[in-house]
Amino acid sequence: MAEEKKFAAYICKGCGLGERLDADKLAGIAQKEGKMQVVRQHDFLCNADGVAMIKNDVANEGVTHIMIAACSRRAKTEAFYFPNNAVARANLREGVIWIRPDTEEARETTQDMAEDYVRMGCAEVKAMTAPGGNVNTGSNRTLLVVGGGLTGMTAALEASKTGYPVVLVEKSGALGGWAARLWKRIPVHEPFKAPADTGVADMVAQIAADPNIKVYLNSTIAKTDGAPGRFVVQIATESGAVSTEDIGSIIQATGFELYDANKLPHLGYGKSPNVVDQAGLEALAKAANGGPILRPSDGKPVQSVAFVQCAGQRDASGEHLPYCSGYCCNTSIKQAMYFKDSNPAIDTTVIYTDLRTPGNGEDFYRSAQEKGVIFTKGKVATVAPNGGSCMVNFHDLILDDQNAQIEADLVVLATGQVPNSGVNIDMSAEEKADEAAAEAAAAEATASGAEPVQFSKKVSVLNLTYRQGPDIPQFKYGFTDSHFICFPYETRRTGIYTAGPVRRPMDMVQAREDATGAALKAIQALENAQLGRAAHPRSGDLSFPKVRLEGCTQCKRCTVECPFGAIDEDEKRFPLFNESRCRRCGTCMGACPVRVISFENYSVDTVGSQIKAVDIPDEFSEKPRILILACENDAYPALDMAAMKRNEYSAFVRVVPVRCLGSVNTIWITDALNAGYDGVMLMGCKHGEDYQCHFVKGSELGRYRLSKVGDTLKNMNLETDRVKDLEVAITDIDNLPRIINEYAQQIVDMGMSPFKGF
Amino acid sequence: MSANQEMAAKYKNSFLKEVEDQVEMGEWVKMCMQCGVCSGSCPTNFHPGWEHPPQEIFMMIRAGKREEVLTSPSMWMCTSCYNCIVRCPRKLPITHIMHGLANYAHRLGVAPKNQPTRAFSTLFWSNAIATGRVNELKLSMGLYFKDAEGKINIGEGIKKGLAMKDVALGLLKARRLNPFEIFGGHKCKDQKGIAAMLKKARELEDKRKALPQSGASR
Repeated sequence: MAEEKKFAAYICKGCGLGERLDADKLAGIAQKEGKMQVVRQHDFLCNADGVAMIKNDVANEGVTHIMIAACSRRAKTEAFYFPNNAVARANLREGVIWIRPDTEEARETTQDMAEDYVRMGCAEVKAMTAPGGNVNTGSNRTLLVVGGGLTGMTAALEASKTGYPVVLVEKSGALGGWAARLWKRIPVHEPFKAPADTGVADMVAQIAADPNIKVYLNSTIAKTDGAPGRFVVQIATESGAVSTEDIGSIIQATGFELYDANKLPHLGYGKSPNVVDQAGLEALAKAANGGPILRPSDGKPVQSVAFVQCAGQRDASGEHLPYCSGYCCNTSIKQAMYFKDSNPAIDTTVIYTDLRTPGNGEDFYRSAQEKGVIFTKGKVATVAPNGGSCMVNFHDLILDDQNAQIEADLVVLATGQVPNSGVNIDMSAEEKADEAAAEAAAAEATASGAEPVQFSKKVSVLNLTYRQGPDIPQFKYGFTDSHFICFPYETRRTGIYTAGPVRRPMDMVQAREDATGAALKAIQALENAQLGRAAHPRSGDLSFPKVRLEGCTQCKRCTVECPFGAIDEDEKRFPLFNESRCRRCGTCMGACPVRVISFENYSVDTVGSQIKAVDIPDEFSEKPRILILACENDAYPALDMAAMKRNEYSAFVRVVPVRCLGSVNTIWITDALNAGYDGVMLMGCKHGEDYQCHFVKGSELGRYRLSKVGDTLKNMNLETDRVKDLEVAITDIDNLPRIINEYAQQIVDMGMSPFKGF
Repeated sequence: MSANQEMAAKYKNSFLKEVEDQVEMGEWVKMCMQCGVCSGSCPTNFHPGWEHPPQEIFMMIRAGKREEVLTSPSMWMCTSCYNCIVRCPRKLPITHIMHGLANYAHRLGVAPKNQPTRAFSTLFWSNAIATGRVNELKLSMGLYFKDAEGKINIGEGIKKGLAMKDVALGLLKARRLNPFEIFGGHKCKDQKGIAAMLKKARELEDKRKALPQSGASR
């Protein structure tokens, strides 16, 4: 079938297209210039009759390639769903008539615009083939959960309940993690007034009774190889035995460590046994087992206790954690209740700067106040041992008293979470040098007879065999998030999801929710992998990158740049695509200097031929042409929505959606300028620290690549303003038309490109 | 031992406990979450007499600053506008707590001596209970003939009286002021009954305040 191509164009006259545009002329263009073998017009193409017409042509006329000139490719996707055909859409509604005034003088330029989009659609569809789906799939349906804490156990149980087998790997000798070390937990059910049982024992029992869950204790991941649907994971047990498991997708729930309180000597840690961190207090409470909690120094019942919030957290100096761990306020409230519930006469004071008790924590906070826990807004400067007790010196922020003091038998430091995220694969050379220096200094100190200095070199969690490194790329402060707002649990390694405090600081309620969400995402990922489809954000996409290896120069740009680590290198140093790991962003395609990477329905050719198909009026026509390459995730929907609001913009622009700014190959820009376009606008997502790119690094890599376009412009003797790079958000519905119009005016003022007509 | 010393000894260093036990609505103080909305809502904000806004008073109570709180004129500045009660996200009866604190400080005899609200309240109360009815002429004269230190000052009284003479004449004309009220004025019918009622009320009040206040009523 691939040999016998038959092209058909369908021109819709609904939604006002018929009244505003000359459909016959468009049909003529599709036939003559577009070389479409079948050209049909319809009054209402997306209705049952119109769709039946197309289906009939496919079935009986042998049509393989469909060009639909109607609305935006984002509209009517269900009606115009032809999975076995190559489909291109010319956007005449949102792209033309909705953004142009319905006036006599605008009629000509509006028609010009529509004709160009028809030409572009025809050119695009001719360069496409119907995506066949990834053939290199795996069909393993087992989930691997790394980490047997609350998050890991929840993920394992939830996945098992939906019918998927789970392999649960835990580093220590028992399941439960931090949750098992708690005396009680923050309540999760109304009335949210008192600490509750952790429920860990019940979960451990459920897992033990679940034949669907295979547990490895005292074990770590020695090696993770493969791709979603066909991971091969080696699990090393403490005894030295290595087991191999075939895995479909992975959930990393490796949790956190408490921030090391030894770094807080000014808060008395290490100076007095009566200064403990929150884990230390849980241990004391467990030891007390419901009786009075005893002071570590002399074993007397504690009569007064002070809680120091934000100890080594929310630190602006850069010395300690800069962030808020979010759970510690509620934990201190809970721990204060350990005392108040057993003996209301015990003085409990929580010294905080901002009490943060999200959700039902507010009820819990109020309950603690009712029980007589004192909350003092202040910043603790020092904690000094004072005989058997401790003196907490703080700045009272309400009374502005710099020398406020509280004496307490026991001081608890709320130190916060540090993620167990493995090796930072993006570590800069400088940071690597720092780490090496610290290691050397530690070795030297130990060698010189001092006490062994502890130096914790980060150990990899997953030991991935990926070219880009053994662990999940980190987001901020070592947390392994990927797209903060839109896609929780996603990482930059397809089929591997992170959940719980390794992803961001969180409490147990959030961790359970995270675990459940990640389990569902992991199930989706392995199911998609089996069907040869992409995971988010191009969910369900059947296209995948194909490479013409005979043209490859082994420059490694694709293997280095792929935001998802999908491309390894084979023994001969050629790129080795792991299609199931691919998210179809096309960053490799944009990076490739010899243009040998393409997708069946998206390639250098599909976009390049659209650019070339546009009719460029001559220098004296007063009709400049501006090419817009718009990211399909944010910029293109923003343009569509601007159209829905009937925000008008210039008729000089021709918009081509791209999968990501990262997929933009510089040849498109050079070609456009050579063809006589007067300007090029690139619309991609925000990059950098607060990036909005759906492919995380795509827009950043694309921008870096395109920053070199200035040289091209100089070589061509063109003004540098002929190419404009814009950061566009999906909300720029009103801004974007204004920016386009301003740029169009700028181009008019600059004058026409001298490259027309060659 | 003064009443003040007695209470201080009884509650040692736990002023919060003392407030909870002794001050009307005092059991609410611990529920304050220090948001400061009360302070921002108070119409006496920026007034020089407004030493500590309610939020700060609550914090001082928790910090055990007994003397500073009880001798402060701040709670006497409350105009009973109820803005703070309306806005408090924790539903603290702030106005009532302010009055409760003022009343407690007054009872212990540590409230600022010539605080105008306190002076006026004392004058008003003794005026009202004398006959069971407020004698407005006597009340205003009582105010006029006192200086800032609370001492009787004839010159000051005449000066203030003259300054207000137009208002007084107007009231006379409208028959709202009777100069003969100076000789005692008219009284409630059952003088003895009023006195007995007040005596009983005082008894009940003292009895209640001797007991710790009942716990927070939520």
